[in-house]
Amino acid sequence: MDRPTISGRRRIELTAVYLGCAAAVARANNSTSIFAPASTPAQEIFGLSMFVLAVTGIIFVVVFALLTYAVVKFRGKTTDAAREPAQVYGSTQIELAWTVIPVLIVAVLFLATARVIHAIQDAPKPASAVDVTVIGHQFWWEFRYPKLGIVTANEMHIPLSDPAHPTPTFLKLLSADTDHSFWVPNLAGKTDLIPNRVNEMWMDPHRVGTYLGQCAQYCGTQHAKMLLRVSVDTAADFDAWVRAQQQAAAQDPKVVAGKRVFETTACINCHAVNGTAGDGRFGPDLTHLMSRGTLASGAAGNTTALLRLWIQNPDAIKPGSLMPAMKLNDADLDALVAYLETLR
Amino acid sequence: MSAIANPLIGQPGGWTLPSRGKVAMSCLIIAESAIFTIFVVAYLYYLGKSVTGPTPKQVLETPIFYTFCLLYSSFTIHRAAKLLERGRRVPFLAWWLLTIVLGGLFLFGTGQEWHRLIYERGLTVSTNLFGTTYYSLVGLHASHLIAGLAMLVVVLSFAVRGRVDQEHSARIQVLSMYWHFVDAVWVVVFIVVYVIGR
Amino acid sequence: MSTEAIAIERLQATGKPWTETVHEWVTTVDHKRIGILYMVYALLFLVIGGVEAMIMRIQLMHSHNNFVSPQVFNRMFTMHGTTMIFFVAVPILLGFANYLVPLMIGAWDMAFPRLNAFSFWLSALGGFLLYFSFLGGSGLYGAGNAPDVGWWAYAPLTAKAFSPGHSSDYWTIAVMLSGFGTVGTAINIIATILCMRCPGMHLGRMPLLAWLNLVMSGMVLITITPLTAAQFMLLVDRYLGGHFFDTQAGGSAVLWMHFFWIFGHPEVYVLILPCFAFVSEIIPVFSRKPIFGYPVMVGATVCIGFVSMSVWAHHMFTIGMNSYANSFFTITTMAVGVPTGIKIFNWLGTMWGGRIQFKTPMLFCIGFLFQFLLAGLTGIMLASAPFDWQLGNSYFVVAHFHYVIVGGILFALFAAFYYWYPKITGRMLSEALGKLHFWLFVIGFHITFDVMHVPGILGMPRRIYTYEPGRGWDTLNLVVSLGALIQTIAILIFVWNLISSYRKGARAGNDPWDAWTLEWSVSSPPPVYNFASLPAVASRRPLWDLKHPEDPDSRYE
Repeated sequence: MDRPTISGRRRIELTAVYLGCAAAVARANNSTSIFAPASTPAQEIFGLSMFVLAVTGIIFVVVFALLTYAVVKFRGKTTDAAREPAQVYGSTQIELAWTVIPVLIVAVLFLATARVIHAIQDAPKPASAVDVTVIGHQFWWEFRYPKLGIVTANEMHIPLSDPAHPTPTFLKLLSADTDHSFWVPNLAGKTDLIPNRVNEMWMDPHRVGTYLGQCAQYCGTQHAKMLLRVSVDTAADFDAWVRAQQQAAAQDPKVVAGKRVFETTACINCHAVNGTAGDGRFGPDLTHLMSRGTLASGAAGNTTALLRLWIQNPDAIKPGSLMPAMKLNDADLDALVAYLETLR
Repeated sequence: MSAIANPLIGQPGGWTLPSRGKVAMSCLIIAESAIFTIFVVAYLYYLGKSVTGPTPKQVLETPIFYTFCLLYSSFTIHRAAKLLERGRRVPFLAWWLLTIVLGGLFLFGTGQEWHRLIYERGLTVSTNLFGTTYYSLVGLHASHLIAGLAMLVVVLSFAVRGRVDQEHSARIQVLSMYWHFVDAVWVVVFIVVYVIGR
Repeated sequence: MSTEAIAIERLQATGKPWTETVHEWVTTVDHKRIGILYMVYALLFLVIGGVEAMIMRIQLMHSHNNFVSPQVFNRMFTMHGTTMIFFVAVPILLGFANYLVPLMIGAWDMAFPRLNAFSFWLSALGGFLLYFSFLGGSGLYGAGNAPDVGWWAYAPLTAKAFSPGHSSDYWTIAVMLSGFGTVGTAINIIATILCMRCPGMHLGRMPLLAWLNLVMSGMVLITITPLTAAQFMLLVDRYLGGHFFDTQAGGSAVLWMHFFWIFGHPEVYVLILPCFAFVSEIIPVFSRKPIFGYPVMVGATVCIGFVSMSVWAHHMFTIGMNSYANSFFTITTMAVGVPTGIKIFNWLGTMWGGRIQFKTPMLFCIGFLFQFLLAGLTGIMLASAPFDWQLGNSYFVVAHFHYVIVGGILFALFAAFYYWYPKITGRMLSEALGKLHFWLFVIGFHITFDVMHVPGILGMPRRIYTYEPGRGWDTLNLVVSLGALIQTIAILIFVWNLISSYRKGARAGNDPWDAWTLEWSVSSPPPVYNFASLPAVASRRPLWDLKHPEDPDSRYE
């Protein structure tokens, strides 16, 4: 006799194992799980997703059980090979029932979903909101705080939002070249950055910390390394950060040689440093380069050696990025790195 | 399979199914309509969105005469098909030829219009969004017209040698379905480009 | 003996020269041979697409791996997607449609045999052209390269500015050509079904396979063509200086997305409907009962055909549409799940009260049922726009659609192969190898695609050539890759079964499965003219009527 498929019991066991693993990992250490919300949009989505999971889970269990039962109970035995079972062509009542019930389920799921769509997308913007304009580039993030006069890259600082006196951050999303997508799972769902289009999203983080994310719309060779760091600071820390970013670039006389290298080679075509001749916008603003923890949009840590390597041979760190190899001699390179390291 | 009893024995009318040619041409028309719809959607969506360059109002001239030619050619081809159905080969040939002439006139008119737009008004496919969408939509229609004309000419070349007769009437009708489609598309394009678009 | 008879005998003894065989196959207009050409062609590309998948899975086995460069990886996912959709799924399903539809409706051939052959060769040219890009693409990074813009080829990544060289053009033209071929075959299928059914087979007596292919073909007419139009626009942009998708000149990247997904979503229904067809023919035979609720199955299919045209922007939930648009597409997407889900109940109802035989075709159908159920449910999750704002463009989506395409479509295709191979070749496939194929593949499939949902939940986006350590994605990706290896072995066993059974399989006879539709009334393989005289039918299961004259279906319909 032919053995039936993976028995129903084994399937249930496997499912439980997988769900358990998933839940454990989601809770344990992970900084980018969508089930670890730290901000209202992410929280709303989390609530909705639990409801949807519950409903679809019940449907799965019921239909799974019916299918398993059918496969086990109605397996043919060799003894009755000659006789055919009763030839049933259909049943209007049963078919009506199993049409109406799914329609009702869809209605319920839709209503729950529509509520969350409106709650997130049509949320009013309070006067205390922080405005950040995010401009996506191949393969880095530009952040401008128009009301605060700040320009930075790849690592965003936003204030903690107290539910009693909310200070959410509202993002305006633009693109300088092709499509990108801003995704920091703990803080909000993703929204795309599309050239010739203005998109908006918001977040109001409830917990201090550093939240990771990355570009979520394929944008070219180094899409994988267009990483995001969002630092949620207390109000005081955020103010301190803002004031530091608003300063012009440090002017250390010891690194004048490096500053000259910066200003007389092609660096200033792409990069800006507040207070120098450099006002290029194709690459990240370097005025406060040393306030950032990483280089190349998260592709490398911000250390002397890696900074040196990045300038000399970007392909070694992020092959296909649009930073050209600068081909400086060692002396110029050392001077330049020394200068850049003063840009705190 | 003679063992299966024939359920149609004794039934009046027998077993008749639609004609393959008509079904296939209808399907082709549906598919082509979808393509034209996308181009029309793009045209309408981009109205008023050109960043530079001439606007439709500034450069377009409504091709009333040539449109009339094309629409009348639908009538002439219909007439030709009906004549062939009755086996009247010479009148068929005359009306068929007239259809080709009218279609050719329309094509000439389009060419003249494009020449004026390109050389006198400076509108090309790369000038701005209007140029791109206009030439693409009208050009797509013109290319379908050319394909239709080519088929009409092929039939003409058979007909002048007396090789097209009543028995080919069904195929001529299928071809004239295509021609009517090309006309119908022009009606839509005309309304979108010369009426709504200005 | 006459000279002709002697000549035939000699030929049969010595065999034809191989050149003549090749010539016959290349110039054939017989729907059965064209069907086989499509199937072999698709199986070849299945293997190639599988190699591309394994390259990606090896690269992703752990974080910061160096198996391939980002440039190569990006080409791999582009080519894998494009190949599997356009040069595996579409041709293999058209191949089965080509082979089976005329036989099942009692016709001699398709309505337009020469158009049939032309459509095949046009599509074949497309596949060749796509792969020629590896040599001729002259991309930015070296001499000749394949497209690397993803199988959706989003604008403006495909603009000349961001995709210099010809790699994107190979994508555009190859897919466009295959699109023309597909539309040609769709027209053929519709004309065949509407105009060439045998006497007595009015539409309500057609096998469900014919209905499902009819609706699929109708959909093809209006879903492939938007992509063709958009690709034409892209070529105007790239070569005539047009601005359709040129955002600097006011063009819209979102417009490409709309055009692409108006094709892309109904396309997946185009792919699944023929698979529903296979399952709807096979489950009844191995449950020994007619399909439960034939009229509703037809109605649900037509319903799916229409509603599926209204859901496309659920692929665009994150592009910033307003809340009303997002709500609209949420409800239409959930709504299309109703007629789709109902079918699962109808198949369940078919098995209920039956006497199920667990031959290999049925095993794959049962796998299909469980997996399609789960795939549909993860689809409902993704239909909820806010949930999609997190899950979209992540590995959760990749897991979902592979669940549909591999767990659904490919399983149904395997079932179809095991079921109809005897009819096509006259030999049975090995049951033992079939069961081995099934179990290995099921295990590998679940290891890969069940686990793959988790990295998506943990924030892993798709289309990334590497990922950061410390996010918890490493072990999961390793497991996913190992499952892929197991699936590869299973597929190789399947291919071996196909090849070895051709000579050594047990002879099949006309009707090895004791089935009920017209194709089982002729020899295996069928004669070149299909039927010596056109059959006439009085019910949906003409062979049941013949075998059970005391209780024919015609009494109940």
